[in-house]
Amino acid sequence: MNRPTALGLALLLVAAAPPPPGASSCSGCHGGALPLAGREAMQTTETLLAFRSGERPSTVMGRIAKGFDPSELGLIAAWWAAEK
Amino acid sequence: MIRRRQVLAGGLAAPFVAKAQARARVVVVGGGFGGATAARFLRRYDPALDVTLLEPNTVFTVCPFSNLVIAGGRDFAAQRFGYDAVRAEGVAVVHAAATTIDTAARTVMAANGTRYPYDRLVLSPGIDIVWSGLAGYDEAAASKMPHAWKAGEQTLLLRRQLEAMPDGGTVVMSVPPNPYRCPPGPYERASLIAWYLTKHKPKSKILVLDAKDAFSKQKLFQAAWKQLYPGLLEWVSLSDGGKVTRVDPASLTFETEFGSHKADVGIVVPPQRAGAIAAGAGVADRSGWCPIDPMTFESRLVPGIHVIGDAAIAGAMPKSAFAANAQAKVCAAAVVSLLNGKKPDEPRLINTCYSLVAPEYGISVAGVYRPANGVLADIEGAGGTSPPDAPAEQRIQEAMFGEQWFATITAEVFG
Repeated sequence: MNRPTALGLALLLVAAAPPPPGASSCSGCHGGALPLAGREAMQTTETLLAFRSGERPSTVMGRIAKGFDPSELGLIAAWWAAEK
Repeated sequence: MIRRRQVLAGGLAAPFVAKAQARARVVVVGGGFGGATAARFLRRYDPALDVTLLEPNTVFTVCPFSNLVIAGGRDFAAQRFGYDAVRAEGVAVVHAAATTIDTAARTVMAANGTRYPYDRLVLSPGIDIVWSGLAGYDEAAASKMPHAWKAGEQTLLLRRQLEAMPDGGTVVMSVPPNPYRCPPGPYERASLIAWYLTKHKPKSKILVLDAKDAFSKQKLFQAAWKQLYPGLLEWVSLSDGGKVTRVDPASLTFETEFGSHKADVGIVVPPQRAGAIAAGAGVADRSGWCPIDPMTFESRLVPGIHVIGDAAIAGAMPKSAFAANAQAKVCAAAVVSLLNGKKPDEPRLINTCYSLVAPEYGISVAGVYRPANGVLADIEGAGGTSPPDAPAEQRIQEAMFGEQWFATITAEVFG
């Protein structure tokens, strides 16, 4: 599944859906100074993929993003984009 | 963003209307990172739910960062949180301890004399100390040799003892075998006490007597100790005679199979088990902890009761505040699904734990987990600790991220 397709699918699904696997854990760190809610989905997905590949340096996010495949990261990003 | 889950709840709440009983009732026992989170997210995921939270304390004292309070680097007040925001979310917060659970009648009896019926019960009782677990250590001994493993008066007691200790004194801390709350906690505490001693009592020493040969973030801690606290902090492994077999609170002595150590300040991280209410409800097994279904956190032993946080046997997930919070959200979603006759989704959970080796030297461990073969298992290739060869800037950054984590998670749970 290529990225835009995964994202498009995700956007269709999330509106009335519970958080996809993994998404509810994010707010353990994110919120306040590091918000995710309402963040544009494509931007979050790109960032997560860059953490996952190591292309973007990180402290913990690389270790966490490796626990998800690209389509799962797309679903998480899309769900957070729809949050307020 | 607080009320955002109305959208989700709208889809799930409808089936309740059709039921004979107006509102499904969920009782949550324990108002820490697990219980307070579960209560709030149950309401968000299904605003039609009747949610009661039983927590004896009106102000909750949190453990994360309490080691820094002990070392004099943080205000005790920063550890304290109330329940106004939990109430504002529509949770009935009752400040009474749960005393007995009638699993057949599905009711919880509380210390205020009231009986609370439930359709599903979420237990997040944290830990209790196994007073019979270490010879010589009982509740009276804890006032001489603090554990400070439940934050509160014990935290302040240990702080006062360290302040009163003359320079040149020896701090001794015993560490139990696994499992216990906060696996890297004893080593963070030893580090921060060493930081305090280095600054204020440099002729002193801290000795860690361990019932294990390996521990969480070990390489990172040991490398930092060598760099920051050479000669001041000594760790004695199980193989080297670190296992404490008896303590004597009158003389502040720790006995091991290899000899005895006299302390000026004696700290006992005691053996632990799930909070007593878990055993009372029949959800704890012989280990003292609670086996659960990793899909829903429902007890393997008693249907209708879910166990989250430190009390649960969560497979590869450590007993941490982050884990309790993450489990609470997954459990809340599963409880809402089950009450609505739906099959819960397979969850994925994350844990991230920061430890301080010094106030500006942070290290972390992270993990991603999924149910596999009936337990929560690590996802291969993900997770792990901070790199051993990271530059100093990264240690500073991780100390800062740790602080941000504290602010964010306490805001989600209590704010």
